[in-house]
Amino acid sequence: MPAISMKVNGQAVCGDVEGRTLLVEFIRDKLGLTGTHVGCDTSQCGACVVHVNGKAVKSCTALAIAHDGAEVTTIEGLAANGKLHPMQEAFREHHGLQCGFCTPGMIMAAVDMVNRLGKKLDEDTIRHELEGNICRCTGYHNIVAAVKAGAANM
Amino acid sequence: MENFTYHRPASAADAAAAMKGAKDGKYLSGGQTLIPALKQGLASPSDIIDLGGLKNSGVTVGATVVIKAGTTHAEVAADAGLRKAIPGLSALAGGIGDPHVRHRGTIGGSIANNDPAADYPAACLGLGATIHTSKRKIAAGDFFTGMFSTALEEGEIVTAVEFPIPKKCGYAKFPNPASLYAMVGVMAAQLADGSPRVAVTGAGAGVFRATAMEAALAKDFSAAALNGVAVAAKGLNSDLHASADYRAHLITVMAKRAVEKAK
Repeated sequence: MPAISMKVNGQAVCGDVEGRTLLVEFIRDKLGLTGTHVGCDTSQCGACVVHVNGKAVKSCTALAIAHDGAEVTTIEGLAANGKLHPMQEAFREHHGLQCGFCTPGMIMAAVDMVNRLGKKLDEDTIRHELEGNICRCTGYHNIVAAVKAGAANM
Repeated sequence: MENFTYHRPASAADAAAAMKGAKDGKYLSGGQTLIPALKQGLASPSDIIDLGGLKNSGVTVGATVVIKAGTTHAEVAADAGLRKAIPGLSALAGGIGDPHVRHRGTIGGSIANNDPAADYPAACLGLGATIHTSKRKIAAGDFFTGMFSTALEEGEIVTAVEFPIPKKCGYAKFPNPASLYAMVGVMAAQLADGSPRVAVTGAGAGVFRATAMEAALAKDFSAAALNGVAVAAKGLNSDLHASADYRAHLITVMAKRAVEKAK
C-alpha cells in the first residue's frame, strides 16, 4: 500500500492507504480524529467537511491518496490553548445544535464562509451558504444565529 | 468501493500513457461525481488517473474567455475578469452544487462527464463554446452527444473551454432541493452577432437547444416574447422529482427568468 504524509491540525502525520481510502476514513480510522462525521456518505449532508489547504471540502468525497502533502484542518484543530474557537463558542452560546451530529461540519463550513466572505454576514447569505450542510433535527434557526454571532467574533 | 490503482501524472502525455496502460482506466478531476459513483459501485475502474497533478487551471479573459479544464467552480465564480466579461457564466458557476463541492468540482470534469442535469453543458451550448482537448477543438454542439456521453475518444482529455463573449446572457435553474442538480436549467444568450441561443439542461437525456424559443427571441429578446412558447413534454425526463409535463412547464418559466436576468 502506498504511504502518504500530510499535516493535520498542524501536526505531521503519515500512514499507508489503499487507492480507494477516503480522506474521511484516513482522518477517522487511521488518525483517530472522530470529530469529523460521516452522515449521508453521498456528498450531500456536509457532516464530513474539513479544510484542505484552507478550503472547505467534503472529506467523504475525496481520496486520501490525492492529499499527499496537503494541510488539513478538522474540527479538533479549531480550539487553541484550551479555549474554544469563536465559532464553536457561538454555537454553544446560541444553542446552535440539537443532536450535534452535523455540528462539526456546520462549524467548519461557517469558518470557511467567514474566510471567504468576511465577518459581517446577513441571514440570507448564511442560509444560502449552508446549502451543503444538512441538519436532520432541522434546527437551522439557532445555527444561523450562531454563525452570524461567531462570524462577528472571529 | 472496489480498490483500484491510483496514478497522479504531471502531464497530459503521461496521463494518456497511464490510460493506455490501464485495463479499464478512468480519469479523475474534482471527483465530485466520480467518487460518489465509485462508492455506489456504478463504476469500478481498474485504474484511477488523477488529473490534479497537471495543475491545469486558470481563467484568461481576452477576445474570448478561456477556462482551463482543471479550474474549480469556485475559482471560475471568483474571477473578477470573467464577472465583467460574461456575468451570466460567472453566476452559473457560483450556483453549482454547494460551496464545498465548488471548491473541488472542475469545468473539465463536469463537461467530460456530461451529466444530463449538470449546469456547464447549458453554458457551453448556450454560448457556443469550443471545447479544447488533448487532440483537437470541438464545437459544443458536436461535443455533447447524449446522456453521460460526449465526442471524447478513448484517452482524450479536455484541456480547456473557450467561450466567445456574448452581448448578454443569463442562467436560471430550478434545483432539486436535495442534490442541487438542475431539475431544469436554462441558459439564454444573445450572442455577439445578435442571434439568440437557448440551451436547456436537466429536462432531457442531455443538454439541448430550444429552437422555437430562439426563433421567438430573434424578433424580440424579452421574457414577454416567450409567452406561450413551450418545449413539448414528449421525450422529457419523468421521475419522482418531476413529471415530463412539469419539466416542460419549468423550461418556459426558467427561460423567461434567464432572459430577464441576462446582462
